[in-house]
Amino acid sequence: MNALTWDRFQFGFTITYHYLFPQLTMGLALVILVLKILALKTGEDRYNAAARFWGRIFGLNFGLGVVTGIPLEFQFGTNWARFSHYAGGVIGLTLALEGMFAFFAESAFLGLFLFGEKRLTPRSHFLVALMMFLGSWLSGYFIVATNAFMQHPEGYQVAASGALELADWRNYLLNSWAFWQYAHTMTAAVITGAFVVCAVAAYWTLMGVHREQARISLRVGVWAGLIASLLQLFPTGDQQGKLVAQHQRPTLAAMEGKFASSHPAELVVIGQPDVAHRRLENPIAVPAVLSFLSYGSFGATVYGLNDFPESEWPDNVELLYYAYHIMVGLGTLFILVMGVSAVLLWRGRLEASRSMLWVLMLAFPFPYIANTAGWMTAELGRQPWLVYGLQRTAQGSSPKVSSGDVAFTTLGYLGLYLLLGIGFLFLVAREIGRGPTPAEAA
Amino acid sequence: MATVWFFLIALMLTVYVVLDGFDLGVGLTMLLRPGTEDERRHALSAIGPVWDANEVWLIAAGGVLVFTFPSVYASAFSGFYLPLMFVLWLLIFRGVSIEFGSHLKHPLWRRFWDATFAVSSSALTLILGIALGNLIRGVPLDQSGYFQMTLFENFRTGPRPGAIDWYTLLVGLFTSTALGAHGALYLGWRTEGSVRARSSNLARALCGAAIVLMFVATLATAEVQPILYERLGQRPWAWPLSLGAAFGVIFALWQLRRGRHHAAFVGWGIFLAGLLTSTAAGLYPDILRSTFSSTWNLTVANAAAGSTGLKLGLWWWIPAMVLGSGYFWYLYRSLRDHRIEDQSYH
Repeated sequence: MNALTWDRFQFGFTITYHYLFPQLTMGLALVILVLKILALKTGEDRYNAAARFWGRIFGLNFGLGVVTGIPLEFQFGTNWARFSHYAGGVIGLTLALEGMFAFFAESAFLGLFLFGEKRLTPRSHFLVALMMFLGSWLSGYFIVATNAFMQHPEGYQVAASGALELADWRNYLLNSWAFWQYAHTMTAAVITGAFVVCAVAAYWTLMGVHREQARISLRVGVWAGLIASLLQLFPTGDQQGKLVAQHQRPTLAAMEGKFASSHPAELVVIGQPDVAHRRLENPIAVPAVLSFLSYGSFGATVYGLNDFPESEWPDNVELLYYAYHIMVGLGTLFILVMGVSAVLLWRGRLEASRSMLWVLMLAFPFPYIANTAGWMTAELGRQPWLVYGLQRTAQGSSPKVSSGDVAFTTLGYLGLYLLLGIGFLFLVAREIGRGPTPAEAA
Repeated sequence: MATVWFFLIALMLTVYVVLDGFDLGVGLTMLLRPGTEDERRHALSAIGPVWDANEVWLIAAGGVLVFTFPSVYASAFSGFYLPLMFVLWLLIFRGVSIEFGSHLKHPLWRRFWDATFAVSSSALTLILGIALGNLIRGVPLDQSGYFQMTLFENFRTGPRPGAIDWYTLLVGLFTSTALGAHGALYLGWRTEGSVRARSSNLARALCGAAIVLMFVATLATAEVQPILYERLGQRPWAWPLSLGAAFGVIFALWQLRRGRHHAAFVGWGIFLAGLLTSTAAGLYPDILRSTFSSTWNLTVANAAAGSTGLKLGLWWWIPAMVLGSGYFWYLYRSLRDHRIEDQSYH
């Protein structure tokens, strides 16, 4: 394996692993904020107890998000030096802004949230939770804006040295791609948060423990989950798809497993792409829908991969195709699960419906899979470009780092992250077993 | 404009070393004097709410560096590939040991994570110094603007050194003891009882060792990179920084004798900040010096990003710093009188 392949594997692995944590952090930040609002409005301590419990999970999760996130910022320099050299003067803006505006807030206020409840007034503690929420969501925006530039560069110019430099920071920060990508990413994070909250609450209910707390968590979790699942599909997912259709045509074709262009174009629900023979096997398709979803008209032409030279194709069409279909398939299931749960909750029958509680308890891994598949769709879809249309991935790696060095550190990350994962699961399982604690014991 | 950014980044890194330095130093004190389980809990609770926020300064400085000097970022980070990866792994171990250790009250579990914390923090204090030594000595930059540094070659300085040679190791040992002293002084201020007494003794020993090593390292620097002192001598504006360092160390020793740990801690912080900013002033305008030829140095002039970005950057750097400092002030103030109680989750 050459250094570039190791570089790609290492970045793909470390960022996928990292993102298992922030998606829950950002989702839980919202849940905790809602709980603190309820506590402040009602003055009842049970909401504080719930916030305290989720705060402990949040703390663990945040800690792992931080330690697995630092290597990513470093890897831009260590493994992707030519990319940093080329685009650093532009994407560095959001990386610096994230550090200075978001991380400072998050880290300072997390310490206060966890250690300061007894020392602060309820109102201050609520404000601390609010700052934590703002910090983590702002952090998300800066990262998505960075990615949006790589997907669809705006606001830059090419300097005399050949590197990119910032031309218009408004265009860069408010990239037309970033808004919908951010909305889509954040609703996905809320889905993860909601499913995790529901899973724990369902477990407590099924075990007959912490009934009061389980009720609060179920209610907040199901409503947040339903709203977010609906927003995930429409408008955020829909708009994101339209952006891809407009600006990344080979990507759209690969995502849909579409080789020949057609109008109207059918939407493939499932099937297996045979890239060597340029065809999709066993397709189950709905006529004309892809034209409508992509361009808003049932007769619109959708281009296939045959219309583009292979050098412009995403280099892993199969994985991109499946990642996209897994994301969409799971997204649809989330609406179903949360919809049924919401109806039962509304009628007051969710706590008695053991089969639905089982579903909720076991469903929590799937938002993680869907989030991962979604990011794989975005990142594999961006290939073969590192900065779309400007710099190819093969041109972005570090020129003097040997494949032996990257292999060494990649194996190190695999081992280290395996151990971290085991420790994390062990501690989270223990916290869930202990459940919420009243104010005196906290 | 690039000059402004050079010093702002130097400032951010200095703040990082002064702040994260004391919690790293607490790890070193634990390595030297582990104490009992309760004493370690007590020491850890003193840094529990702040270590993570302190570490953010490093990340923020990294972000600002990519933005303002992308070619330095690209060259230095890929050049120090393995050493930086070790730093990352140590930061991971350290962060996890504090977080994981606090979640379970089990003697073996805690012993294991405390040991991890002590070892990884101590290693980081050494590596920070080695990194500083590398910046002063220079790296094998060629005309491509990139270099590749092994961990070690023959332990000599010269055109093709390894990251670890006698000089960088010496700077590393100085940093280790200096940050260990910083951590011990912090514990002397923020803890009580046996931890305080022991930290106070340890602080004396480490301060003494750090001062001796500082003189040795200063002489070594005159040998390895004399240009640093030549430039400092020609720049009167930088003299207050060096004088500040001298004042800081004298003030710290005096206050330590009087048993006033808070003041001694502040004095020692001024000492560290004075040393680091003096070094930056002596290196300017070079950011990364080449061991082959000074024509291949990455400097403020040839490595800066476009001027639009640099100008714009200042507009958000200032409010960000005001906000950030505000958070820190609020955090430290809220926890000011917070001493003995165990801040772990149980």
